Amino acid sequence: MKHMTRKATRHVSQNEGLIFEKSSPGKAAWKLAPLDVPDVDTQKLLGSSERKDLGNMPEVSEIEIIRHFTRLSTWNYAIDLGMYPLGSCTMKYNPRVNEAVSRLDGIANAHPYQPEKSSQGALRIIKTLGECLLEITGMDAITLQPAAGAHGELTGLLLVRAYHDSRGKPRKKVLIPDSAHGTNPATAAMVGYAVENLKSNAKGIVDIAALEAQMNDEVAALMLTNPNTLGVFEQEIHKIADILHAKGGLLYMDGANMNALVGKVRPGDFGVDVMHLNLHKTFSTPHGGGGPGSGPVAVKKTLEPFLPKPVLVSKSDGTLGFDYDRPQSIGRVRSFYGNFGMFVRALAYILANGPDGLRQTTEDAVLNANYIRKNLEGTYDLPYSSASMHEVVFSDKLQAKKGVRTMDIAKRLIDYGFHPYTTAFPLIVPGAMMIEPTESESKEELDLFVEAMKAIAQEAEEDTELVRTAPHSTRVSRLDETAAARRPVLRWKPGAQPSTTLAAEPPSLKPEA
Amino acid sequence: MRYLPKSPADREAMLKAIGARSIDDLFAPIPAEYRLNRDLKIPRQMAESEIVDWFRERSRENGDGHATFLGAGAYYHYRPVIIDALISRGEFLTAYTPYQAEISQGTLQSIFEFQTMICELTGMEVANASMYDGSTAAAEAVMMAVRLTGRRSVVVARSVHPEYREVLSTYASHQGMPLAIVNFAENGRVSAREIENSISSDTACVLVQSPNFFGTIEDIEALADVVHSKGAMLVVAIPEAVSLGIVEPPRSADIIAMEAQSFGVPLGFGGPYCGVIATRELYVRQMPGRLVGQTTDRNGKRGFVLTLATREQHIRREKATSNICTNQALIALMANIFMTVYGKVGLKELARQNLAKTAYAAQQFGKHSEVLFAGVPRFNEFVIRTSEDPYAINSRLLGHKIIGGFPLKKFYPELGNSSLWCCTEMTSRSMIDTAVGNVAESERSVRSAREEEAEVAR
Repeated sequence: MKHMTRKATRHVSQNEGLIFEKSSPGKAAWKLAPLDVPDVDTQKLLGSSERKDLGNMPEVSEIEIIRHFTRLSTWNYAIDLGMYPLGSCTMKYNPRVNEAVSRLDGIANAHPYQPEKSSQGALRIIKTLGECLLEITGMDAITLQPAAGAHGELTGLLLVRAYHDSRGKPRKKVLIPDSAHGTNPATAAMVGYAVENLKSNAKGIVDIAALEAQMNDEVAALMLTNPNTLGVFEQEIHKIADILHAKGGLLYMDGANMNALVGKVRPGDFGVDVMHLNLHKTFSTPHGGGGPGSGPVAVKKTLEPFLPKPVLVSKSDGTLGFDYDRPQSIGRVRSFYGNFGMFVRALAYILANGPDGLRQTTEDAVLNANYIRKNLEGTYDLPYSSASMHEVVFSDKLQAKKGVRTMDIAKRLIDYGFHPYTTAFPLIVPGAMMIEPTESESKEELDLFVEAMKAIAQEAEEDTELVRTAPHSTRVSRLDETAAARRPVLRWKPGAQPSTTLAAEPPSLKPEA
Repeated sequence: MRYLPKSPADREAMLKAIGARSIDDLFAPIPAEYRLNRDLKIPRQMAESEIVDWFRERSRENGDGHATFLGAGAYYHYRPVIIDALISRGEFLTAYTPYQAEISQGTLQSIFEFQTMICELTGMEVANASMYDGSTAAAEAVMMAVRLTGRRSVVVARSVHPEYREVLSTYASHQGMPLAIVNFAENGRVSAREIENSISSDTACVLVQSPNFFGTIEDIEALADVVHSKGAMLVVAIPEAVSLGIVEPPRSADIIAMEAQSFGVPLGFGGPYCGVIATRELYVRQMPGRLVGQTTDRNGKRGFVLTLATREQHIRREKATSNICTNQALIALMANIFMTVYGKVGLKELARQNLAKTAYAAQQFGKHSEVLFAGVPRFNEFVIRTSEDPYAINSRLLGHKIIGGFPLKKFYPELGNSSLWCCTEMTSRSMIDTAVGNVAESERSVRSAREEEAEVAR
């Protein structure tokens, strides 16, 4: 493993049990200020509603908590540690100024119900972000209420449904390409639509003839990701939009891959009627180990009356306020106004970039993906030769001959200091290896990644077992997911034995030869 | 652009390696007619110092430094500083969803601990890794009960947070789920008898909230008895998580939909917050959202993985239990650290302080105005009815840099000039006394105005 030393070495990784295993009565990490009002008889106030005992909640000191979570943190991979080439996830740098401004007192401590008069700063942030996003997407109206991408999809399809309802017929089906994210069909089902699969053609894009054949007046919308999950721009987008519109359908765009388009082309200009954005992808709000996200939904004028309430409006006196009187609204999709803290961060990102920065960002993202493609073509099978935008999808076809699959290669990447790419998705590519570098990677980091991928391809030829049992450098080896699902242990219980090998050393602490 | 790690020479070299003449070659797949050949009309690129200034200005416009009596689903509690210190570590902040377990054990183990503590506090057997917020958690919990019972209709108490009810009604709109609303009784609670009467053989579940929107603690045991006797499920929403430190959890509920914002999450003008669903082990396969489970690696070493993924959209697509994908992981980590800091004893003491401040405030307000629903236990919120419009009272209080209680007229017109006040450990006695003084003043002036009128009439 000599060639690995450029990128990855090991360091000591402290073992750390569950917090409950450190707890003992009398330890405390808290101290309350003395009560400045008379103490109360809780039994008298609460009667039978009084709680006597808090079960197995931990009792630990502050330093133990700091060490506990700091140690746990060192077991994570993160953007701050290196490249995260997850396709369709857009794992880009999360600027720290975003975090700083979101913690300013009047922003972090604003109550959602404080008077409008003392909420003008928050409302101005919502307004400014909304305007920027409308300009970026080329759409007419926007709601920031949805809490994540899938929540945005739900909102978008509810708008589609409300629109068709208002015209007297809700329609029955939503068309979804076979390359789509799983959230698309799951969302359509939640809105009461039947899902009809739309086949991709040999180029990996929408088959226009199939679309024409499947489009009729029962189809409410087509949910399209553009560029699609292969990273290919739907070149015939104008035809797609025309076919839908001719029969009264709407074009929904999943904005997951918006990082390929910002500042270069606007969905509103190529026929999209409704779309969602992922602020935690394109607009740099941190992924936080799985959330929070934010999924604004932008629409054309025709869908505006149906937007969730409340809607932000400018009042005649120049102040901002919320309009709740929206008779055609689909209603609320979330309490209050959405994940406001993410709006702050996304806006800080847009302000840091400006028009020139956003365009350069998109160009670099596309440049990086094509650089990887060029360098790995031949080493890995490229199932679709259509031009790539911000991501590229290879397959494990060449390595599978030796019994090495996409997941094995992905796990082996960990040993080289990288997070795996997206495996086994999109479903239309058997053994898919979906790579999205984003703009945040330097040429040096990309070169290391390419080098690692080439080295793994060579290992797959020479030492398949090495790849198939990877990773070898992590504190745990591949975990038994089948056992986890068969007999789920979803919480700690008193008396649960700490794993017998808990205190065991990581596989090897010996310095690399 | 300072976030982009490339020199012009790097870009040149990369284009050359690709075999492209210019960057435009790479955008050739986009039909020319749609390409944007101008700058976006957004603010120009700003320096970091300018960005900070811009947001400082917004922060000031938001009335920073105000004390607040607002609760109503979003609570102002003290946040131990180690929360931000720890969640700001890049390894937590900038990590992806922990699908790759070998390099995500930090996130996975912390979620496992979160699930455990939520179970301990709620009295449930399993809890998920988080939902968007309390309102969507409640809607998803109701849909879960619909799947579990095979029944379609839902009974909702009117004392559930009005915005939670609005979200539920949006979610239910195309699921063929009729919603029936049951009003609260004189004492602010829903009556078990009324609930009983509203349940039909098609009722999947009853959704109540405790402490409810008025801060009143519902009689969960009595409700559970009638709901279960009719073969329906009881879903309980808990928007004020700190209540669990001193209020008996709804152990006889079938599903709990919680909002964990009170556990160390900033008010942040309404989000991001942290919803959670907790339930019985028996129902776990119909649960929405991510779950972390314990397992072992090839060497028998304990480790954690995302599990039971066959419920989820990326595997099951249109047959999934929900479309939820991204959740609120980092916010759940805040809640996790908060629960760890206060722990078994601190959480109880914290809740006790909330109770004491609220009891004192209710007593003081009660000297000058009517305290509604006084006969039943409450946690840290109470309703007062004033003679004057609460908006007018609040507007004067704002002059003291105090934000008064939440006027209830908007959601409950029949309650007239009532407002909902919340006291936490952050509410000082002097704040309470100032607010009470203001209400007393208001009542005096209304009274003297009335007397004057009577005088004139005589």
